[in-house]
Amino acid sequence: MDNTRFFILLAVMVITTYLIRAVPFILFRKKIENRKIKAFFDYIPYTVLSAMTFPAILYSTDSIIAAAGGFFVALFLSYKKKSLLVVAIGTCLATFILSFALHMAGSL
Amino acid sequence: MEFRKGLAAGIPIGLGYLSVSFSFGILAVSEGLSWWQAVLISLLNVTSAGQVAGVGIMTSAGGPIEMAVTTVVINLRYSLMGISISQKADRTLNVPARLLVANFITDEIFGVTCGRKEDASRNFMLGIAAVPVLGWTLGTLLGALLGSVLPSVVASSLAIGIYGMFVAIVVPKAEEDRTILRVSLIAVALSCLFWYVPVLKEHVSTGFAIIICAVVAALIGVFSGDHGKKEGEAHG
Repeated sequence: MDNTRFFILLAVMVITTYLIRAVPFILFRKKIENRKIKAFFDYIPYTVLSAMTFPAILYSTDSIIAAAGGFFVALFLSYKKKSLLVVAIGTCLATFILSFALHMAGSL
Repeated sequence: MEFRKGLAAGIPIGLGYLSVSFSFGILAVSEGLSWWQAVLISLLNVTSAGQVAGVGIMTSAGGPIEMAVTTVVINLRYSLMGISISQKADRTLNVPARLLVANFITDEIFGVTCGRKEDASRNFMLGIAAVPVLGWTLGTLLGALLGSVLPSVVASSLAIGIYGMFVAIVVPKAEEDRTILRVSLIAVALSCLFWYVPVLKEHVSTGFAIIICAVVAALIGVFSGDHGKKEGEAHG
């Protein structure tokens, strides 16, 4: 791809991404008093993350079984209130061990 | 002080990003971009799904309008997140500060910022963005340069880390608050529909599906009774 086209498309991408983040962030500066609307924005973080995580997490690695194992480890460690980093590392490690084991089992 | 708190909160996010953006670097180069183009995209956008779609448009025959529309749809959730962060913002987060930190609103920075009991200040936002932006850019560079060297079983196991982090944000909050548990489960159920029902899967893009699931689940929470009250009264 030639550089002119790259820079045009990059500029469109960057400007659109910036505006979609900045405009509502700057326009909605007042605290929302309405209890229902307030509740909506309290729930949104968790519904967004939940929708993004499942079932996408199952397909984020080479093997669904390994990913499911990683997911259960993530649920368990989070339930035990471990920090974000510990949960993230535990998830990767469990997934790696499982996919490695599956890989070995498959090649026997 | 606030900056340092933010910095500490950003370290796990940055480490997670390092691995996720590593896969983005591999992807971008394998689709035909050069390493510096991939790095520039990561540094300036700091989005995951948006960048993957953007690279797809760049390397196919896509034009500026397709780029703009796709970027808006996939990243629309950041608008909702900005409004949510506004609800926790203190006075230091004025207009110039917002112009400065707006581009650092990502799923994880937003999740951690809103998951805290304290208000969000300008310095906290600058602190929490520092390591993730660095990690996101550096990971892209490493992935673009070294992607082909790493065994695939390792690279693929690193990609799941970011989801582990999402789980770690949602679960503790869901343990505390029944409504959050309920709306999260509803969001998951809806997201499964968009994933497994062929008609929905084929016709609704990922970005749109996430917005629909999140908004519908949150609305069900709002209109299903025992909402909000405890939240406002417990802390206020």
